[in-house]
Amino acid sequence: MTDARLIQRLEPTGLRLAPSQVWGGMRLVPVLRDTVRGDLRMTLRTYDDEAAVVSVKGGLKEPGLKYVSYVPHGLVMTWAGRQSEAVYGAQLQPSDGKRLKAGPFSIRLLHRMAHREDRRQLRMLPLHLAMEGFLSLQFGGPEIAWAEYSREGLSRGLDPRSESSVPGWALPMLDGALRTFEIHSQQVGLLLFKDDALLSAFIVAHPEDYRALHRTLVEDFYGELLLQYSFGDEPELGLTLDASRVSSLEDLRGELNRMRQDWADFHGFMAGGLFGVDVTSTRVYKAGGFLLQRFHTSLDPDEENHIGEAIVGTDGTLEYLKTYRLSSAQTRRAYLLSQLAESDWHLETTAERLRTTSQDLAVRLRNAGFGYLLKDSVLEAAQRKHRR
Amino acid sequence: MAALAEVRVEQVAREDLVMFVNACFSCTGQREFYGDARGQSVSIEFLHQYILGNYRRLYARTLAAGINHFNQAQIILNLLASGSPVEARDKAEEGALIAAALRALPSQRAFRVLESLRNRRINNRRARAVARDYVNGRANLAFDAVKYRAKLRAAVSHGHLKLEGEVAPFLFHGWKKRSFTQPLLETFRRAHYAQEALYELPYTVAEGLAVKHGVPRDVFLRRIEPRLTAAERLRLQESSARERGTPPPVELGRASLTKLALYVLALPHEVRRARQTELQTALEHAATRVLRRAPSRLGRVAAILDNSYSSSGSLEKRRRPLGVALATHYLLSSAAQEYRAWWTGPVEDALLVSARGQTDIATPLLDALAWGADLVVIVSDGYDNDPPKAVAELTRVFRAKLDPERRTALVHVNPVFDSEGYAPRSFGTAVPTVGVRDAEDVPTVLGFARFAEGAASLGELEAYLASRVEAMLARDAQGRQGEDGGSRDAAQADGGEA
Repeated sequence: MTDARLIQRLEPTGLRLAPSQVWGGMRLVPVLRDTVRGDLRMTLRTYDDEAAVVSVKGGLKEPGLKYVSYVPHGLVMTWAGRQSEAVYGAQLQPSDGKRLKAGPFSIRLLHRMAHREDRRQLRMLPLHLAMEGFLSLQFGGPEIAWAEYSREGLSRGLDPRSESSVPGWALPMLDGALRTFEIHSQQVGLLLFKDDALLSAFIVAHPEDYRALHRTLVEDFYGELLLQYSFGDEPELGLTLDASRVSSLEDLRGELNRMRQDWADFHGFMAGGLFGVDVTSTRVYKAGGFLLQRFHTSLDPDEENHIGEAIVGTDGTLEYLKTYRLSSAQTRRAYLLSQLAESDWHLETTAERLRTTSQDLAVRLRNAGFGYLLKDSVLEAAQRKHRR
Repeated sequence: MAALAEVRVEQVAREDLVMFVNACFSCTGQREFYGDARGQSVSIEFLHQYILGNYRRLYARTLAAGINHFNQAQIILNLLASGSPVEARDKAEEGALIAAALRALPSQRAFRVLESLRNRRINNRRARAVARDYVNGRANLAFDAVKYRAKLRAAVSHGHLKLEGEVAPFLFHGWKKRSFTQPLLETFRRAHYAQEALYELPYTVAEGLAVKHGVPRDVFLRRIEPRLTAAERLRLQESSARERGTPPPVELGRASLTKLALYVLALPHEVRRARQTELQTALEHAATRVLRRAPSRLGRVAAILDNSYSSSGSLEKRRRPLGVALATHYLLSSAAQEYRAWWTGPVEDALLVSARGQTDIATPLLDALAWGADLVVIVSDGYDNDPPKAVAELTRVFRAKLDPERRTALVHVNPVFDSEGYAPRSFGTAVPTVGVRDAEDVPTVLGFARFAEGAASLGELEAYLASRVEAMLARDAQGRQGEDGGSRDAAQADGGEA
């Protein structure tokens, strides 16, 4: 069953971009919402544990699929009138999951990525939701026992699959940028650029929630682009007024509005790799009239690729969005897996699809970190061929 | 060619000096919203050394330009550190300026300068003479000996000063050796042994001794209250409210305008709402008092006041940009015949203002221009981000197309020093930017704005500084005559920077 609310293409309807604020190579673009419905609220729940183990399948302490990561905070969403916690922030928090002591460390066991806590309350782990979806792409590995695959690959698939990312506080500049950022009164979100590459988008439903969640952006994780070396500051853009078109104060006001519009258009253009491109979404949770889903873009190595999660309301407006930009290596891995899956994991067929030889494909698989899937003899043969 | 080079030399000199005086109005070497303390102090130190090396006479005369205390202290120290000028006239003027500026500084700052002489190992004949004259000119040296004991001792021993009476033994042999006939010194001695004597000492001295005696904080604060100075009362509002419930009563009529504005901004919204009329009257009175000292009548004035998030300042200068904006609001409203204010974020009443949101200066500026003001004063830290650079563009086009005859005067008053630009950040060349630390400086800097704009020549700037020097020296001579008649109440003289 396909839901009409599953996103085919990200459209920022009802949202408006304001001129960016620049701080040492970071460009922060405010996202404003003119009409606020107020029936979906978000609030922060912090975990001060060294790591979290999330049971994706199976019970909390039972064997099953687990997601392990450092999770500094979760988001609690409430909808349709149940808003006390969202509005006042401070409330005794219900115990969430279980804490285990492991030597000097504490580890939190959490149940599911998105966990219904009350009739109209859902706890979710932002970005981890999308990342888990990304990791579980083609998780099972080959379904037909082709001769090239190793025994381990056949029995366990891609388990365990891991990706690394960069925490926001790894870049001190981001902290400075968030500290000196001036939040607009209608602001519900932020687009984060580094050297004019879109790293992340974060949008919520209500301006007050955004104000409370703004500083959590430094705890989120970002793609490797965050740390990519860059010289100096973001260039200030020289948008100017046209003096020849001004003969009264009203003209001046008009020109100023045009300048503001130019800024919005420019940022819209810069974010073109995320907004307006086709995405593949899967449904995660239905909460009242709201649909929580995760999505990824085409995973084509030639384009910029984002994964993320979103909530869409009954009328199709985007109420929540959080994205993560994949690094090129991550994109390559996902691309290879999806190509393999589409050809039923047959190496020869896949190589044909990619217009290459099966030996080269084997080397590419090994370079991407999936060497453990293939038999040693196959890999060695491929490498011998490659060296020649 | 030679003439052209001369014009350029003069232009460079003027720009250097304008930049320096401007910096001296706003920079205090402390952390700002966008810049850290280290960068601030490196930047201002460089400026001082550069101007001292190149324009020594004008550097000394800057002391009279109405700049802030931090920079006055720096100039005094740098002048004393670099020997005296060769020409006799310069030497006399510089000496008189140093002495006058030192006397005009709040006591704790002046003693700090004397103490820094030792720390920086400045001990030439002139420095010793300056220290001697300052100490000899103090009205109540026993009070200074108690309140600024370490600093005074440093100054006396470093400068080999001879002191009359019991002060020298008090400073160098301590209170254990003997009893004193001077009442305050005797009280200080007794306060080391008896709790009761504590409450006759100045608050800052008694505070440490109270801890030694183990007096509970609330008892101490209640009993010392009559001894508190006005500045100490303002300063103690928050901590004493935390510790014993009722903060010491403040005489709002006595506090200076900017301090009062900062005090108001520190109050919670409900309190501000409840005491609205009282606070408003106090601010208006303070504004009138400032104008009585520096009268300036203005016509139709519009103020653009920045209450964006960045006006919340830093940990060291909490809410200062916003406080300066609020104080300027009251100052201009009582100086102008017609007055209107626009805040960058909507404000129902100026008293209830808080630092929030983005900086959109262009829209209120357009409104102010449409209202038809003679003078538009923008109080802002110079960052506009909605959209960026809009004010620079707006004023450029406005000057070029709509107001080439300059019927409307535009001035940007900036309370924040930008360490990377060595000057308060500006909105482009069409608006002159002047730095301030307190709103009380605004009448002074409005006079200085024509230099910042670049229209006036170096000769005019020199004449301006020379006239300020004369005024300052005359004021100082008058003050000394008045002082000889009756001794000042030393406790009252102790206001100064918080």
